[in-house]
Amino acid sequence: MTVSLTLDHITAHYGSTQVLEDLSLAIKAGELVSLLGSSGCGKTTTLRLVAGFLEPTSGTIQLGERDLTRLAAHKRDIGLVFQNYALFPHLSVRDNVAFGLKQRGLGGTERTAKANAMLERVGLSSFADRMPAALSGGQKQRVALARALVIEPPLLMFDEPLSNLDAKLRVDMRVEIRRLQRANGTTSLYVTHDQEEAFSISDRVAIMNAGRIMQLDRPEVLYQRPANSFVARFVGFENLIGMTVTARDGETVTAVTQAGATLKLSQSVFGAIPDRFVLAARPDGLAVSREGEGIPVTLGIRTYLGRAYQYQCTTPAGDYLGNGPLTELLDPGTAAVLTPVPEQCCILPSDA
Amino acid sequence: MRNTLHPALTITASIIFIILIAPLFIILGAAVSDTNYLTFPPQGFTMRWFSNIFEISAFRTTAITSLQIAFFGTFLALLIGIPAAYALNRFRIRLPSWLSNVFVLPILVPEIVLGFSLMKSVTIGLNLPVFTTLLLGHALLVLPYAVRVVGASLASFDFSIEEAAISLGCPPLKAFLTVVLPNISAGVIAAFILAFITSINDVSISLFLTGPGISTLPIQILAHMEQFFDPTIASVSVLLMLLTVGVMAIVEATLGLTFLTK
Ligand SMILES: Nc1ncnc2c1ncn2[C@@H]1O[C@H](COP(=O)(O)OP(=O)(O)OP(=O)(O)O)[C@@H](O)[C@H]1O
Ligand SMILES: [Mg+2]
Repeated sequence: MTVSLTLDHITAHYGSTQVLEDLSLAIKAGELVSLLGSSGCGKTTTLRLVAGFLEPTSGTIQLGERDLTRLAAHKRDIGLVFQNYALFPHLSVRDNVAFGLKQRGLGGTERTAKANAMLERVGLSSFADRMPAALSGGQKQRVALARALVIEPPLLMFDEPLSNLDAKLRVDMRVEIRRLQRANGTTSLYVTHDQEEAFSISDRVAIMNAGRIMQLDRPEVLYQRPANSFVARFVGFENLIGMTVTARDGETVTAVTQAGATLKLSQSVFGAIPDRFVLAARPDGLAVSREGEGIPVTLGIRTYLGRAYQYQCTTPAGDYLGNGPLTELLDPGTAAVLTPVPEQCCILPSDA
Repeated sequence: MRNTLHPALTITASIIFIILIAPLFIILGAAVSDTNYLTFPPQGFTMRWFSNIFEISAFRTTAITSLQIAFFGTFLALLIGIPAAYALNRFRIRLPSWLSNVFVLPILVPEIVLGFSLMKSVTIGLNLPVFTTLLLGHALLVLPYAVRVVGASLASFDFSIEEAAISLGCPPLKAFLTVVLPNISAGVIAAFILAFITSINDVSISLFLTGPGISTLPIQILAHMEQFFDPTIASVSVLLMLLTVGVMAIVEATLGLTFLTK
């Protein structure tokens, strides 16, 4: 049975500090959604709210047909995987895994059988009688995973489950988590501050900032079509150029930067362009050339990227990063122009 | 590889050790002296002072009272102290910082004052039975040990383990009993032993709270000494020492002595 999770207009406080602000989030049945954001943005807080370790100031939490908002934590039936594993130190690996089954009143033999089967699935059969202290980080993580999965919860939640593992293991484990999650079709909420991890494992990713969700979308959409400046910067659009429209001629829009440089942009490529907007581009979305149409800049430091040269570009309105072809080597101090590559750029609403 | 110690350090340490240990040997000597008064070095050798203890019924009854008070007083202190230590650590951020100090106050107040005020308030004010008063007094005396020692092991306890249990369907009280308690058991045992020994040895509080017909062993020792000044008290002291050594031996065998100083 797979169910959806809905957080509706959630506000949360620690004491008098507001940590989550009017947060709404809907996860479809069987979907894996990640919360991605920098430290302190409220990811763990969101998980704790859903788990029942914290009560929202306002708003509701719904899991399938059940209203979780004021339900006691131990009645929520949610599988949790903690960052520090949180295994029971005084219980063997098998008893750790069987713990949740015991709470559900399963008899000894059935418990052992189920726990053993789950340990088999995560490849830890031969460790069943060990104590957690005698396991490596990756093994502990798998026990934590098995312990959460074995109760067959309608919802799985992960709080940075891989952050204590080395890079190689991290990749193996995230494939493993995805495989097990897919196999059971369990609705999942996954917290990480690692963009690659979030994008690779998730159906959709919610990018969070200061207690709010800035954008919730498929990784491809977030990567190519960020909805606002925060998300754009987060996914690597290092150049955010504030612009104002001065003339419209059919599909062609003329706009100027704060420094007065003029660009012509086509609405057939970008869609409707508002009067004030931000042009967002990664360095490879701004082509550097000696002359032509575009934003006049003075070149600064040049770095060799292998496929291109990257230049630091100075304008009176701010500094940008642009890429130039390997065929044309330009020196620092040279005057040049930056031309947006339409397919690589986005038009975002102005922040102000 | 062993570090060689500086000779001065070795000598100082030895002297301190001798100063600490010597009185114990003097008591041992005095306990077997074949004289009617306390003396050292012992003159002659006899075990009759040891058998004398068991002939004086007051020693037996007060010893039983002392053990009962120490056991139940410590138990009571842990019953209050463990939840208090838990709450202080679990909700540390949400509680005012002075709150944890409240539980140390009995250590800071001179025991004489504590005993006197308990006598005034509990014995005279509430008019409770002597045994109950003693029990409450001792529970209060050892409460700080319970809170501090259990608190020390809770301070390093990872509460996400408790949350893991709850998320797996375990009600909070059961989670505390089956997941938290087993992982702080060493601290609880240490607290019990420290509190028990403190209670058994207490004079100042008991002095005020003992009453007609009920006394503790240390008070009985004092009373006996005032009247007789014979080697009986030395032999009682030897037995008390052996009891303490016995307890320590058990601690050492099970947990290691360093455990108490952690
Ligand atoms: N118990 C608490 N009391 C008060 N403030 C808290 C508490 N826990 C967290 N906060 C604050 O709430 C905010 C959100 O914290 P949260 O733990 O949700 O962040 P996070 O996104 O999980 O960060 P990280 O990636 O570092 O784990 C932070 O500013 C933090 O300082
Ligand atoms: Mg966190």
